[in-house]
Amino acid sequence: MRLAFLGGIYSNYHALAAALDDITRRNVDATYFLGDLGAFGPHPDRVPELLIVRGIPGIQGNYEESLSTRADDCHCGYTDPRDNHYAQISYDYTFANTRDAYKDWMATLPREIRFTAGGLRFLLVHGSPRTINEFLWRSTSPDVFLEKLCNDYDADVIVCTHTGLHWHKSLSEGRHVLNAGVLGRPANDGRANVWYTLVDVNERIVDVTFVPVHYDHALLANEMRAENLPEQFVETILTGWWTTCLEILPSKERTAGRW
Amino acid sequence: MPSHLDPVPVPVPAPAPAPGVGASEATAFPPAPGAGAGAGTGTGNKRHPHVQLRALDTLWFQVAGTICNIECTHCFISCSPRNHSHEMMSLADVQRSLDDARGLGVREYYFTGGEPFMNRDMLAILEATLKQGPATVLTNGMLLRPDVCRRLRELFDASEYSLDIRVSLDGFDAESHDAIRGKGVWDRVMIGLRNLADAGVNPVITVTTAAEGVASEEGRARFLDVIRGFGFDRPRLKVLSLFRIGAEENRTRAYEEWERLNAESLSDEEASVLQCSSCRMVTSKGVYVCPILIEEPEARMGATLGETLRPFQLRYGACHTCWVDGVTCRT
Repeated sequence: MRLAFLGGIYSNYHALAAALDDITRRNVDATYFLGDLGAFGPHPDRVPELLIVRGIPGIQGNYEESLSTRADDCHCGYTDPRDNHYAQISYDYTFANTRDAYKDWMATLPREIRFTAGGLRFLLVHGSPRTINEFLWRSTSPDVFLEKLCNDYDADVIVCTHTGLHWHKSLSEGRHVLNAGVLGRPANDGRANVWYTLVDVNERIVDVTFVPVHYDHALLANEMRAENLPEQFVETILTGWWTTCLEILPSKERTAGRW
Repeated sequence: MPSHLDPVPVPVPAPAPAPGVGASEATAFPPAPGAGAGAGTGTGNKRHPHVQLRALDTLWFQVAGTICNIECTHCFISCSPRNHSHEMMSLADVQRSLDDARGLGVREYYFTGGEPFMNRDMLAILEATLKQGPATVLTNGMLLRPDVCRRLRELFDASEYSLDIRVSLDGFDAESHDAIRGKGVWDRVMIGLRNLADAGVNPVITVTTAAEGVASEEGRARFLDVIRGFGFDRPRLKVLSLFRIGAEENRTRAYEEWERLNAESLSDEEASVLQCSSCRMVTSKGVYVCPILIEEPEARMGATLGETLRPFQLRYGACHTCWVDGVTCRT
C-alpha cells in the first residue's frame, strides 16, 4: 500500500498542485494533509479549494484551529519575539484573506487520523500526538522519547509536520516516526524545491521516500510581492534559505542553514 | 552559572495529559494533600494548586553543585567558591540518572551549577549525554578555553542531537555586568566568547532582567547588536526572569506573602503549562522538582527519578514568578 502525506502547505498552492500531479503519476492509494494550510504565502483560499475539489482528507494544524475559532494569533508555539513578529504578519494576512466558509470548514477537520495499513497502526498528527503545536525536530527527538510517544498513543507509525523539516527515524519493534516536511517553504537547504512524503507499507515493512517538488517558485514570489508580504518571506522562496521564524531552530538545524 | 529561565509573554495552551505518566502514577501515589477541595499546606491559609508531571521531558543536572568561581549578587541559590550545599556530580553520578532517563523517555538534558566547567568531568558528561539526547549547558563563560571550545565543537559535530551552550551576561557593557558578577568578569567572558566563535560554536546569550530595559523591544534589539559585536552574525538571545530567593533577596527584595499561587486563581489543569509539569532536577543530594527550588528541603521529591513522578504543590514565591512570567526552559 502506498500513502502520500502533505505537510504544512502555507498557502503555497502552486507547490500543492505540482505535488498532487506527481502523486497522481505514482499510483498512490491514499493521500492526507497534515494541517497548516495557510500562512506565509498568498491567497490562502486557494489551498482549501484544491483540497476540497480533489476530496483529500486531513487534519487540523494550529492554523486551522486558530482560524476556525477566530483566534487572534496562530499559536505556532514560538518563544522568541522575532519569530512571533513574523508569525503575526503571516497570521493577520491569512486571517483577513480566508473566507468564513473555509474557516468554518476548518472547524470540521479532526485533530488526528488513525488507521491500520500493512498491519501497522498509523497515527497522523500535526505537531505531536500530545500537542498540536509541539515541534518534533530530529535533533531534539531522541529514540526513547519517540518510542514513549508510540507507547502512550498506541501507534506503530506516527506521521507529523509543523517544524518545516522532514526526517524519519526507525525505532525499536519495527516502529517509526516521520516528519513529512512541508510544501509551504523550502527545507532551509539553499534549494528552492519543497517536499512531500511517500510511505510504502506492506506486511509491517515501512519504506519512506521524501519527494522533492519543483514548482514555479518565481511566480509564487511575484504573487507574494503583489500582496505586500514581507520581502524576507519572498527571499526564502527564491533562495531556499529560511530568513524568518528560525530562532526556534535547535542548534543542529540552525547551523545547517544560512541564517 | 546560576540558572534563570525565560519569560514568555503568553503561556502555551495546556496540552492534553499524556496517557501513561499521569494515569499510571496516579494509582501509584496517594492524592497529594490539598488537591481539589482539600486544605492547603502552604503559606498562610491559601490553598496552593498542584501540578502533575505530564511527562518527564526535561532533565536538569546540578552538575557543579552550588560551587562557582564567582558570586553574583542576584544568584537565587547563592552559589560561590565556598557554597557546598550541593556538591559536584561525577560522570558516574550523572550516568546513573541518564540510564533511568532512558526508561522514562526523557527528551532533553540541561546542565547547570554553580559553574559547570569547574567540573572536571563536564566534557565526558556531555559526550555520554549526547549519545542519548540533546544537551544544553548554562555557563558564566569564564572557563571557555580554546581547547574546551574545540572539544565542544567536536562533540556537537559527532552527535545526531543538538548541543547548546548558554552564556550569561547581565548588562550591555563591562560596568553593568561586573556590578552583578564581579570586577573583571566581563573581560574574561569576552575571551571565552571569542574562543567559542573561533571554534564555530554559536552560543545562546542569556541575560536577566537585571539588565536595565532588556525585556523591551528596543532593549532586545540593542542587545542583539551587542552580540553581533562579539562576532556572532546570527545572534541568539534569551531573556531570563529573576527569582527573589538566595542572594537576590538581598539585592532587591524577598517575595511577599501575596506572591503565591492559589487554587482559586489557578486550577491544576492550568498549572500544567508550567515547566515543573515536565521537568525534574538531579543534584548530589537527590531529585528536586525543578532547577529553582533546590534549597527548599520539601522540593526534594526522592532519591531517584522514579520516586519523583507524583504531583507537586506550588507553594513557593518562585512558583508565582514562573506562572506570571510564563517561564520556559527552552531556548
